[in-house]
Amino acid sequence: MADSTSTDSAQNAGGSNRILAWVLFGAAAVLLVYAALTGKQTELAFHPMDQFIVKPLFGGDTINWYTPTNVTLWMGFAVVCVFLLLVLGTRGRAIVPSRVQSIAELAYGFVYRMVEDVAGKDGVKYFPYIMTLFMFIVFSNSLGLLPMSYTTTSQIAVTAVLAMAVFLTVTILGFVLHGVGFLKLFWISAAPLPLRPILALIEVISYFVRPVSHSIRLAGNMMAGHAVVKVFAAFAAVALISPLSILAITAILALETLVAFIQAYVFAILTCVYLRDALHPHH
Amino acid sequence: MEGDIVQMGAYIGAGLGATGMGGAAIGVGHVVGNFLSGALRNPSAAAGQTATMFIGIAFAEALGIFSFLISLLLMFAV
Repeated sequence: MADSTSTDSAQNAGGSNRILAWVLFGAAAVLLVYAALTGKQTELAFHPMDQFIVKPLFGGDTINWYTPTNVTLWMGFAVVCVFLLLVLGTRGRAIVPSRVQSIAELAYGFVYRMVEDVAGKDGVKYFPYIMTLFMFIVFSNSLGLLPMSYTTTSQIAVTAVLAMAVFLTVTILGFVLHGVGFLKLFWISAAPLPLRPILALIEVISYFVRPVSHSIRLAGNMMAGHAVVKVFAAFAAVALISPLSILAITAILALETLVAFIQAYVFAILTCVYLRDALHPHH
Repeated sequence: MEGDIVQMGAYIGAGLGATGMGGAAIGVGHVVGNFLSGALRNPSAAAGQTATMFIGIAFAEALGIFSFLISLLLMFAV
């Protein structure tokens, strides 16, 4: 008896939910058509790419290499956040950690295990570099999610510097550790001999493409996500579809929170992969 | 009117280049789907392979990023 009533109520709930969903869809469709037919606004209230403009902080329009801009400001904030979390947060060194200290310890352990698993035991020596990269990118991405903030990692200039630093570090390290033997990375001894020159060519191309894909992956993901948010924010200015677009912004920001972390993770783990290649070029 | 047809070509090319991202989407879906089907067969081995999955995703995504880069170049640099 109890079972049947519960299934009945469940069915009723499901039915009413479905009706509600259809009503909402219908209302949204009617509103969209109405807005499209009567809307005077043929242009967005602001351009979605305006948020990526680099502005000097203190007056003037000229930007030299030493000019402090909003990018500089938000990179500084990211560094301050890393400092607060990892230096001040762990200052207590409590055996039962506070919340901030346990976050810092979790981050440390997470990156340490990643370096150990992917780059190997002898890659642990380069753990501080990967930890620095990971924390800086995580905080740059997450600070970019705040309203009115600037996402520094959406600038290809910023990520290209990070990726070129990784590329140069790994290449120089490979040559320092193995000398000319580092070139065996491109000469795959497991493949049959006639194939090896072709594979070597492909390997060389893919090696030099690494910094490009490494930097544009991060910048592209950040830029695309924030541009989509701004497109929906411009839709919110149209009164009729603003509830829908605000819902969409909420959903996209939830996704962006995930993307902000995953892209930092991917950047760090690829650095580990490149490091492993430099430490062990023999396949 | 001169020069407009060049811009039109650049924009059409940018749009066509952006369709290459669809291939990357299929590739990433393939990687994750196969990882999941393997992980459901042997859940105890799955935890150790998530890093490998992310590396695979990153490599699959890289080729889509090149088409995105071509689109960006056509839009802003050409």
